[in-house]
Amino acid sequence: MNQATTATGASDVAYNEDVVRKFVLAATFWGVIGFIAGTFIAFQLAFPALNLGLEWTTFGRLRPVHTSAVIFAFGGSVLFATSFYVVQRTCRAPLFGGKVLANFIFYGYQLFILLAASGYVLGITQGKEYAEPEWYTDLVITIVWVAYLVAFAGTLMTRRVSHIYVANWFYLAFIITIAMLHIGNNITLPVILFGGESFAKSYIWASGVQDAMTQWWYGHNAVGFFLTAGFLGLMYYFVPKQANRPVYSYRLSIIHFWALVFLYIWAGPHHLHYTSLPDWTQTLGMTFSIMLWMPSWGGMINGLMTLSGAWEKLRTDPVLRFLIASVAFYGMSTFEGPAMSIKAVNGLSHYTDWTVGHVHSGALGWVAFVSFGALYYLIPKLWKRERLYSLRLVTYHFWIATIGIVLYITAMWISGIMQGLMWRAYDDLGFLQYSFIESVEAMHPYYVIRACGGVLFVLGALIMVWNFIKTIQGDMRVEDEFVAPQSAAAE
Amino acid sequence: MANVEKDPVSGTNTTGHEWDGIKELDTPLPKWWLTTFYACIIWSIGYWVVYPSWPTLNDYAKGVFGTTNRLEHAKDMAAVAQAREAWTSKFEGKDIEEVAQDSELMTYARAGGKAIFADNCQPCHGAAGSGNKNFPVLADDDWLWGGTLDALQTTITYGIRSTHDETRISDMPALVADETITPAEADQIADYVMMLGGQGGSDAGKTLFDDNCAVCHSEDGSGNQDLGAPRLNDGIWLYNAGKEGVLAQITKPQHGVMPAWVGRLSDTEIKQVAIYVHSLGGGQ
Repeated sequence: MNQATTATGASDVAYNEDVVRKFVLAATFWGVIGFIAGTFIAFQLAFPALNLGLEWTTFGRLRPVHTSAVIFAFGGSVLFATSFYVVQRTCRAPLFGGKVLANFIFYGYQLFILLAASGYVLGITQGKEYAEPEWYTDLVITIVWVAYLVAFAGTLMTRRVSHIYVANWFYLAFIITIAMLHIGNNITLPVILFGGESFAKSYIWASGVQDAMTQWWYGHNAVGFFLTAGFLGLMYYFVPKQANRPVYSYRLSIIHFWALVFLYIWAGPHHLHYTSLPDWTQTLGMTFSIMLWMPSWGGMINGLMTLSGAWEKLRTDPVLRFLIASVAFYGMSTFEGPAMSIKAVNGLSHYTDWTVGHVHSGALGWVAFVSFGALYYLIPKLWKRERLYSLRLVTYHFWIATIGIVLYITAMWISGIMQGLMWRAYDDLGFLQYSFIESVEAMHPYYVIRACGGVLFVLGALIMVWNFIKTIQGDMRVEDEFVAPQSAAAE
Repeated sequence: MANVEKDPVSGTNTTGHEWDGIKELDTPLPKWWLTTFYACIIWSIGYWVVYPSWPTLNDYAKGVFGTTNRLEHAKDMAAVAQAREAWTSKFEGKDIEEVAQDSELMTYARAGGKAIFADNCQPCHGAAGSGNKNFPVLADDDWLWGGTLDALQTTITYGIRSTHDETRISDMPALVADETITPAEADQIADYVMMLGGQGGSDAGKTLFDDNCAVCHSEDGSGNQDLGAPRLNDGIWLYNAGKEGVLAQITKPQHGVMPAWVGRLSDTEIKQVAIYVHSLGGGQ
């Protein structure tokens, strides 16, 4: 049925699928690079000798390579691919700006990725988390992003349907807010304009706590609008498509959209609890994070409940399983987040591995899984194949990656809470019970488990790559249909 | 386009819109969702009333609890200080030898010293004073500046080659680099130092050693703790071991630095950590 509607849609509108194909391939490539980089630095934390004694391969330089590769290169390419695919189909209009603009966006974005990554390895950084690129890279991405907004908003404005579909609200909120955040957080003065010798170095306009607050206004909303709003847009198209069910509640989608975008933007100060940030700012950051809980869950409810009446498809459709598991992880992370923003909880969790585990339950469980689901959906459609090479391989990918995530986040929960407790433990006479180095030693086994979880996640991704290659080549593995257990028992 | 229809599975009407085959149900907001959302908002408003919250033009709402992070922290620290007061007051009137006579105070000093050591000394001197390359072991009886309680207290207080005026300081000259002796003579001295420590070598350099080194390190190589001149006849080396390491120190010596802890640790804390180090195995 999906094919039927797609086919009728394609018959009268010349959709630009070329740029979607390019971004899908880029997403797959950068995903694997980013996952491998993450697994390597996880092993570095467990076995410091893997820093190799070279400045370019130290944890400090490779960590932003990992975070930028997974968030911006992988996640970003997924968002470009899916937003371009979704906006054209739900507006019944070809991508605004034609092939030239689309290609400019694709190649410009890849240039941004290469400039950013090469800078990190060479030690060129602003030292702002998730905003490490220096001013020249910031300028490149600013131009590309404006082009993205023109292409996306232009398509919306030339749409041939009366209403704008909910997925596009989320994509548009993501594009506009990321532009605002990026510019606000990167107002810098390159030293070369003032007679400095370094081409790359620049200084941020703000300093001290103002700079910290701007950074976490940016940092938290990069999570909120890049990794949440953008991927909710994706979810709102691919879940109902793959389940072939109507979206659960239109009203919920409106209310949770506006509540989410209004509340999220305030939550950044919870990254700076118990610092020199004024108390009143910390209070607002924390309370807005609490109020954000239900608006976040609105997306989960709409995702999960869209399946009502079609739950049995989870047994037979591993692609849908990826999408729905991702929504479940999303629900878990968006509960854990507000909980960790409460100052009393944050006093224990902050600066520990618990934060790292929380980020990864969102990043691996939600962002990567929903992306895998969308990629598995898109590959046969974009290359005009009847179906994927193998659904069995999708199942293997799902379970291997899920075990990897569970190893990762449970290891980080245990080590993070243990770390927090060790730092605050006092003995009978009122002295700190553990030194910092003892807490580091205690982390070692969990760092090894975490890295093994990463290996499984990479392994799953490689299975996906193999499946993609075979699908694009046009192979179809002969496989038994997945059969729901009830009908199997009935035979 | 607005074709409202009834979804056969849920029995709910659709909104009548359709995008690329996707329809939407007109399901009302889940009650539990809305109730929880309101509850979170009401709780937040309550929190704003009692804690510092909304800014005004040049101030902010202080909250009826009248508390801040800094006040809470000051309160916590005051409580800790008060809990420790009973013990710390006993340290203040006593010198370190007197503290060592009081078994109750010693128990307290070792426990406190262990925590202080772990956070301040361990990065260089290793867990329980086990040492690191270029940083002395504190758990043996080979002392550069003495291993009595008094000597340890002085070393910790003022440091070694630190920026403090009363720092301990010793300066092994760069004998070869200064051209006081030739490289060939340095080689002979190194051989002799190896012999003093019973690690092979030869006595051809004895006269050179007596003339150039013995004034600080003694003729038998037993060193001089008053000068911070290391003992050379025990086979324990701070820098690289063996003849190569000795030769390097004679040619162009390395000098370690230990910071002064006065001003960073209280007098009581310095006493505690000195007592802890003394108890590690080499105290004299």
